[in-house]
Amino acid sequence: MTTIQARFQLDYGDFKLDVDLKLPGTGITVLFGHSGSGKTTLLRCIAGLQHAPQGKLEINGSIWQDSERGLFLPTHKRPLGYVFQEANLFPHLTVRDNLHYGLKRIKQNPGTVKLEQTVELLGIGHLMERMPERLSGGERQRVAIARALALNPEVLLMDEPLASLDFKRKQEILPFLSRLHQQLDIPVLYVTHSQQEVAQLADTLVILENGQVLASGPLPETQSRLDVPLAQDREAATVWQATVAEHETDYHLTRVDFAGGSLSLPAVDAGIGTPLRVQIYARDVSIALAVPAATSILNVLPATVTGIIDGRDGQTVVQVRLPRMAEVSQSAGNLCDQAGNQALLAHITRKSALMLGLQIGMAVYVQIKGTSILN
Amino acid sequence: MLTPADLGALFLTFKVASIATLLMLLFGTPLAWWLARTRSAWKGVINAVVALPLVLPPTVLGFYLLVLMGPAGAIGKVTTWLGLGTLPFTFPGLVVASVLYSMPFVVQPLQAAFTTIGEQPLEAAATLRASPLDSFFSVVVPLAKPGFLTASILGFAHTVGEFGVVLMVGGNIPDKTRVVSVQIYNHVEALEYSEAHWLAGGLLLFSFSVLLVLYTALKTHPVAHPLK
Repeated sequence: MTTIQARFQLDYGDFKLDVDLKLPGTGITVLFGHSGSGKTTLLRCIAGLQHAPQGKLEINGSIWQDSERGLFLPTHKRPLGYVFQEANLFPHLTVRDNLHYGLKRIKQNPGTVKLEQTVELLGIGHLMERMPERLSGGERQRVAIARALALNPEVLLMDEPLASLDFKRKQEILPFLSRLHQQLDIPVLYVTHSQQEVAQLADTLVILENGQVLASGPLPETQSRLDVPLAQDREAATVWQATVAEHETDYHLTRVDFAGGSLSLPAVDAGIGTPLRVQIYARDVSIALAVPAATSILNVLPATVTGIIDGRDGQTVVQVRLPRMAEVSQSAGNLCDQAGNQALLAHITRKSALMLGLQIGMAVYVQIKGTSILN
Repeated sequence: MLTPADLGALFLTFKVASIATLLMLLFGTPLAWWLARTRSAWKGVINAVVALPLVLPPTVLGFYLLVLMGPAGAIGKVTTWLGLGTLPFTFPGLVVASVLYSMPFVVQPLQAAFTTIGEQPLEAAATLRASPLDSFFSVVVPLAKPGFLTASILGFAHTVGEFGVVLMVGGNIPDKTRVVSVQIYNHVEALEYSEAHWLAGGLLLFSFSVLLVLYTALKTHPVAHPLK
């Protein structure tokens, strides 16, 4: 399954990059970090736009760089697609010629079918004869994405493709990216500092800080790691993959299944079996030791405490895992040695944590006050 | 009106300027490309050398060229060994002097254009499978078109307008090295003011038109914002 192996070391004096990553060959891997964390440098090293003196890069079994053997494939020989932060379209070419620029230069021409599909997917068919200066920022970025995809690349690299756009334009492009996500069969490496984009797009999350990998792994797992500053952020959240299971039309509700059980959500207009990304903010999760006898909260789920740390401003960050088997649920408040796979973060006050006497391994109930659907 | 000698001088002037401009573009383009992109410590030195003709009296440049290209000079020895004889007071010598003298007028606009284009379009081209040479011709040349136009026009016009270097290196030989500026000088020395007027007025009009084109038509070209 692992098809991207990237190891890079470079030293610019005031900035050092030192990473050793194994990444899945499918889905969107988000490289997340603040500016200066090295996420863009890492992406540029993978593209060959920057040459890390020490490095080894293997994509789908082919070696793109191996400094020990003195091997470095120049960018124009790497079968990749790259989307820059600024769309970086050629200003002297029409949209059509921009889209064909790369196609003309590849040996195994995938034909125009791929291009036509991409053009349709990104909704830019009506812009073909325009010059780039006559496009809006969002249109430009869509053309840039299509230009990269038209080459049928083995990996798509995207460097903060939405960062230079205003909120409205972002909302215009995010749905396209979500659709790409469902239709692309190649790995995407996506650089961003936006938690919203992480939640909406990531399957795998790599968190970078000061040129080093702080954490990497499947999104909900990495998001809910307590040793990563993200867990303490006011906007800390966990994203679950779920599928639509049942519509309760009388109550205007939809029940969705996820790895740790099921949830009731406000009615979703989607057929049974549709995959959804459900985001749960840590601040919307509370913890009880017994099943609350009378509560207006619909989503009360048995879980096991798997981590506790002190957060900022009198907060305690609790990591729990779901599901918890029924027989263990009898003994809520007691310790149990069984924990599920689906992680969830809860932000509660330190006082509550003390009053409940929370400990790792304790069986509890989580109450989820709110959820949001991301696609 | 213009005498046959005037017409010969005019023809010769445009011949020298055309050939010199072509040569300057040929050598100046790679030089400007290197200057625009290098981080070498030599960049400052080479920039200064290229710009020298802007500040040197033409007689200084002419004097050194005369010495270098003469029978005892380094260039002179090479050209003699090659069986070409020596270059001073010949048409090829005039072209060589013109190329060196007008080079900054070609290199500097090109260098500015290349610098303005920057790294980004080249990176985009590389991610779209274009080799460096390919991206130079498919991206840099079209984007630097205003720079090439400016360089050609300035290089040509400046060669037409030279006098000192021509007199030092080329002399005053009809149909070989006697260009318009020298011919005007001859007319004035001979007190043929009306003939001098025709040629001088013509050059004035030519130079003004060239500069007018540069400052009006080309100014609006998107060389300052090549990337959107």
